[in-house]
Amino acid sequence: MNTRSIPDRLQSSLERKLKSWESLLMLVAIGIFVANSFASPYFLNAWNLSDATYNFTEKAMIAFAMALLIISGEIDLSVASIIALASTAMGAAVQMGVGAEGLVLIGLATGLVCGAFNGILVTGLGLPSIVVTIGTMSLFRGISFIILGDQAYRGYPSDFAFFGQGYVWWVISFEFVLFAIIALIYGVILHMTNFGRAVYAIGNNPTGALFSGIRVGRVKFILFLLTGLMSGIAAVCLTSRLGSTRPSIATGWELEIVTMVVLGGVNILGGSGSIPGVVIAAFVMGLVTFGLGLLNVPGIVMSIVIGGLLIGVIALPRLWTMWRTR
Amino acid sequence: MTKLLASREALLMVAIAFLLAIIAWRFPAFVVPSNLLAVFNDTSPLILLAIGQMIVILTKCIDLSVAANLALTGMVVSLINIAAPGLPVIFIVLIAVGFGTLLGMFNGILVWKLAIPPIVVTLGTMTIFRGIIFLLTEGKWVNSHEMSDSFKSVPRADLLGLPILSWIAIATVILFTIVMTRTSLGRAFYAAGGNPHAATYAGINVGKTQFWAFTISGAIAGLTGYLWVSRFAVAYVDVAAGFELTVVAACVIGGVSIMGGIGTVFGALLGALFLGIIANALPVVNISPFSQMAISGGAIIIAVIVNAQANRTPGRIILKKAEHAK
Amino acid sequence: MSTSDVPILSLEKVTKTFPGVRALSEVSIDLYPGKVTALVGENGAGKSTVVKTLTGIYKPDGGEIRIDGVAVQFPTPQSAENAGVTAIHQETVLFDELSVAENIFLGHAPKGRFGLIDTRAMQRGAQEILDGLGVKIDPSTILKELGTANKHLVAISRALSVDARVVIMDEPTAALSHAEIEELYELVDGLKAQGKAILFISHKFDEIFRIADNFTVFRDGQMVGDGAIADVTEAELVKMMVGRDVNQIFPERDRNLGEEVLSVEGYDHPTEFADIGFSLKRGEILGFYGLVGAGRSEFMQALFGTTKPSAGTVRVDWAEVTICSPADAVSHGIVYVPEDRGKQGAIVDLPIFQNVTLPSLKQTSHRGFLKLAEEFKLAREYTERLDLRAASLDTNVGSLSGGNQQKVVIAKWLATEPKVIILDEPTKGIDIGSKAAVHEFMAELAAQGLAVIMVSSEIPEIVGMSDRVIIMREGRIAAELDRHDISPEVLVSHAAGIMEATA
Repeated sequence: MNTRSIPDRLQSSLERKLKSWESLLMLVAIGIFVANSFASPYFLNAWNLSDATYNFTEKAMIAFAMALLIISGEIDLSVASIIALASTAMGAAVQMGVGAEGLVLIGLATGLVCGAFNGILVTGLGLPSIVVTIGTMSLFRGISFIILGDQAYRGYPSDFAFFGQGYVWWVISFEFVLFAIIALIYGVILHMTNFGRAVYAIGNNPTGALFSGIRVGRVKFILFLLTGLMSGIAAVCLTSRLGSTRPSIATGWELEIVTMVVLGGVNILGGSGSIPGVVIAAFVMGLVTFGLGLLNVPGIVMSIVIGGLLIGVIALPRLWTMWRTR
Repeated sequence: MTKLLASREALLMVAIAFLLAIIAWRFPAFVVPSNLLAVFNDTSPLILLAIGQMIVILTKCIDLSVAANLALTGMVVSLINIAAPGLPVIFIVLIAVGFGTLLGMFNGILVWKLAIPPIVVTLGTMTIFRGIIFLLTEGKWVNSHEMSDSFKSVPRADLLGLPILSWIAIATVILFTIVMTRTSLGRAFYAAGGNPHAATYAGINVGKTQFWAFTISGAIAGLTGYLWVSRFAVAYVDVAAGFELTVVAACVIGGVSIMGGIGTVFGALLGALFLGIIANALPVVNISPFSQMAISGGAIIIAVIVNAQANRTPGRIILKKAEHAK
Repeated sequence: MSTSDVPILSLEKVTKTFPGVRALSEVSIDLYPGKVTALVGENGAGKSTVVKTLTGIYKPDGGEIRIDGVAVQFPTPQSAENAGVTAIHQETVLFDELSVAENIFLGHAPKGRFGLIDTRAMQRGAQEILDGLGVKIDPSTILKELGTANKHLVAISRALSVDARVVIMDEPTAALSHAEIEELYELVDGLKAQGKAILFISHKFDEIFRIADNFTVFRDGQMVGDGAIADVTEAELVKMMVGRDVNQIFPERDRNLGEEVLSVEGYDHPTEFADIGFSLKRGEILGFYGLVGAGRSEFMQALFGTTKPSAGTVRVDWAEVTICSPADAVSHGIVYVPEDRGKQGAIVDLPIFQNVTLPSLKQTSHRGFLKLAEEFKLAREYTERLDLRAASLDTNVGSLSGGNQQKVVIAKWLATEPKVIILDEPTKGIDIGSKAAVHEFMAELAAQGLAVIMVSSEIPEIVGMSDRVIIMREGRIAAELDRHDISPEVLVSHAAGIMEATA
C-alpha cells in the first residue's frame, strides 16, 4: 500500500488572489480614480464623493443578492419592478397614515412576497428563470401602474427620509453604511458558509449537486427570497431618498445591476464569482458615473462606457489568450 | 393534421380567438375587418422583430439589442434622408437593412469568435448602440417636417387594401417560414440549439450558425428601424425603449422555448398578434391602458407554464407498453 | 467478394494529443473493401478518438489519413462524409425535437427546386432505409417519442443514409435486442457484399469472432497488434489489450449476511419500470444485470430520490421511509454512485476535497460556517483509504483519470457512513488494475456490514462478485437468482428474453 500522501494545496491563497479578476478590476478602479482626480477639480471633495456613492449603493445591495443567484445558475430580471411595487405599496400605506417603521416593514414584505412568487415559479414549477422574471418584471411594475397610474405619491413622514438622505457620521451616509454591512453579510454567506458552498456546487453542476444530496430547490428558493428582500430594502432607501413614488421608478436598473455583477467577475453562466469583485465593480461603475457627470457628460454616453467596459473585461482576456496561442 | 391541432400554435390560436370574443362582447366594433387589419398593421413591427428574435432564441442565444439597433438604424437613415432628400426610398431601405446587418454581425462575431455569452454581449451593445444615437445627434430629435414626403409615405402607401408595412410583415413571415423549414441553414438553427453537441457531429458549426442568427436578427431590426421612424415620423434616442423585452415576450407567448431548438415562425407571429391585440384593445374596452403591462406580464407567465408542460420530455421510454401507447 | 491490396481508408502513424494526455501515438490502421476490421481495446485505449479522427471531428496532430492510398485531410465532419466515411457513434447524437426522417438526413437532405429541401423525397428515402433494416417506424415521428433502442436504430439509419465506402460502428449492439443484433449481422454482411469497408468496435468477443475478418488492438493510445481474426484466439486478444496474462480473479469473500437492511415493494413508474421489489441484507452484494436500456439505472435513481416513482414502498431497517430527494435518501443511509461520473457523480470544476465533503458539511462545519481544516481532514481520511492519486486535495476533479474520479465519488459517499451503497457500472471505463482495486474494495465494504447493490453489464463482474443477481428486462424483473444458479448463459438468456421464448 502506497503511503505517499497528497498535499492539501499546491498554490498559496495569496498567489491565487493576485492573479485574479478582482485584482485586475481593482487596477481598473484605481486607474479610474486617478484619471478622475486629474480630470476634474471637484472630484476629490469628501461631500461630492459621498454624494457619488448614492449612484451605486442601492443597486449594489441588490447586486450582492443577484450575484449569488447568478452564481447558482439563475437570474432575476424583475428586481427593478419589485422596487417599483414595493415603493408603490409604501406610498399607498402613507396615504393611509402608516408611520416610518410600518413603511419599512411593508417595503420589505412586498419584496419578500415578490421574491417568493419568482421562487415558486422557478423552483416549484421548474420554469427557466430568465423568461419567468421577464414576465414578473412586467407583472410587478404593471400592478404598480394599475394602482398609481401616472400619479405620484408624496407626503412621506419626515423621519422616513433618514434612510435615503441621512448621515451616520460626517460624510458617511446611512445608505453607505447599510451597503457595507450587506456586503459583509453576503461575503460571509457566500465564502464562509455551507450555504455558500452549496450555491457554488449548484452553479457548477446542478445535477451533480442534487445527486450529492443538496436540496437544490430549497437553496434556489431562498436565493430568490433574498433577491426580493434586497429589492425591498433598496426600495425603502430609494423612496426615502426621492421622497416620492412613481410607477416608473428605477426603470432600467435590472440591466445595470446585472452589469455590475458581471463586471464584478461573476460568470453569467454560473459557478464562479465573488463578493469582493462585485464590491469593486460597484465602485468602478459609481466612479465612472460620478466622474463623467462632473465633466457634464450626459448619462446616455456614460452608458456607452459601461457597455464597453462590460464587453471589454470579458473580451480582452480572450483576445489576449487567442493572440498568445497563435 | 391532428398533430397541428394538438400543437401549441393551435392552443394559441384558440386563446387569441377567445380574446377577440371577449373584446367583441364589450365592443363589437373592434372585430370588424377594417379594424382588425389596422391592428395587424400596428403590430407589424413587433411581428418582424419577433421573427428575428425567434431565430436567435432557437440557437440558444438571446438578442437584447434589437430595439437599440432599430433606433440607431432609424436615426441613421433619417439623417441620411435629411442630407439627401432626393435619395429614393428603396436605397434607404437597403441602407437600413445593411446597417442593421452590420450591427447584428458585431453581436454575432463576439458570440462566435470570442464565445462571450449572448446576454452579456447584447446587454453591452444595447447601451452602446443607443449611446451612439446621442453622439450622432447630441440628443436632438429628427422631426416630421425634416423628413421627406416619400420617406414618410412609403410604408403607409396602400396596396390592395393593406399598407405596405403590413405587406412587408406578411412577406417576411412567408419568407422565413420557407427558410426555417426548407433550407439547410434553417434546419441548422434548430439542430444547433436543440442539441449543440450532436450538431457538431452532424457537421454543423454551432458558433457560425449563431452568428447567422444574430445577422438575420440585425437585418430585420434595421429594416424595422426605417419602418418605425417613418411610421411615427420622428427619430430620437429613446425610440422603442424597452421594446426588446416585448419582443422576447412575444416569442415566449408564441411557444419559442428559451432553451433553444423549439419554436416556429407561425408561433412568433401569433405571440406578437396576441400582444398587439391586447395593446390595441385596452383603450377601447375601457380598461385603463395602465393595465397593459400587468396583462402582458401575466400572459408571459401563463405562456411559460403552458409551454413547459408541453415540452416536458416524457422520461426514458423503457416499458414496451409505454412506447406503443403513443 | 474481391479483396484489394489498397485499403480504402487508412491511418498512417497518426498522433492526437490533448492537454496533458496523448490519446493516440502513431497509430496505423487499414480498412479494406469488403472486409470487417474489429477494433479492440479497453476504455481509454483511444478507440473513440480514432472514430472522431476518421470522421473529421478531430484533426490529427501528426501522421496522415489516406483514402485509396492518397493523403487527405478532413477539416470538417462534412468533408469526411463527402469522402465516403460514415459512422454510428457510441452515444446517440440525434435531435429529439426533429422527426426521424430529418434526423436521418440532417446535413445532407435531398434538395429540390430552388435548392430547397424536398420533404417528400426525404420521407421516401427514410422509409426505404428503415424498411431495409426491418424497422417499423413512421419517418414523420418526432424522435423524442421513441424508446432508446429505436433511437439507436435511427442512428444506424442515419449512418446508412450517406452513400459511404467506409462504415464505422462504435459499440452498435449495446442497446439492441437479440433479434435486432441478428438483423445487424445481416446488414453487415450486405455491406461487405457491396464492397464497403467496415470498422467494428466492440468489447463483446462473441460478436467480434462472428463477423470480423481482421482485427486491430489498441492499448493506451498505441496500436499493439493486428492481423486476421482466423489467426488469433480470444485469450491472445485479451493479452494484447491488457498487456499481461489476465485471468480475472475476484476477491475471496467471507459471506456474513446480517439483518435485512432494505426492502423495496411495488416500485412503479409510468414509463421506466414496473413492479420492482426485493430485499437486501447487511453484508450482501446484490448484482443487477440487464441489457443497456433495461431500466436498472432508472430504478436506482428513483430509489435514490432523483426521480419520482408512481407507486411503491421502501423500508430501511424495517421502518417505512419516504424518499423524495437524494437528500432524503442520504439521510436514511442510502447512497448512489452513478454511472455518469462527470455529470452526476462529481462536480468536476470543484476541488477534490470539496467534492468529498459536500454531503457531509454538517459534520465538518460549525453552526453552518465552513471549517476548512475539518474538511481537509475528512477528505484526507477517505481519499487515503481509497489510495487516490492526485497532485493535491485542492486540484479540480476534472483533471483526474476516470479511475481516480470514481474514487473521489466513492470516498464522498463513504464519508457519510451509509447503510446501503448503490454502485452503477462502477468499473466502466476504468483500466483493469483499478478494476481489481474497486472489486477488492467492494468486498471490504460488504465485510464491514454495508449492503451493496451493484448494477453492471459485465458478466464476469456479476458472476464473480454477486451473492444474488436480479436480472431486469424492459423495465421489469425477469429473474432473481442465487449465485450458485448463475452462469453467463443464464444471465444472457434472461436479459434477452430467450428464456421466456423457450418456456
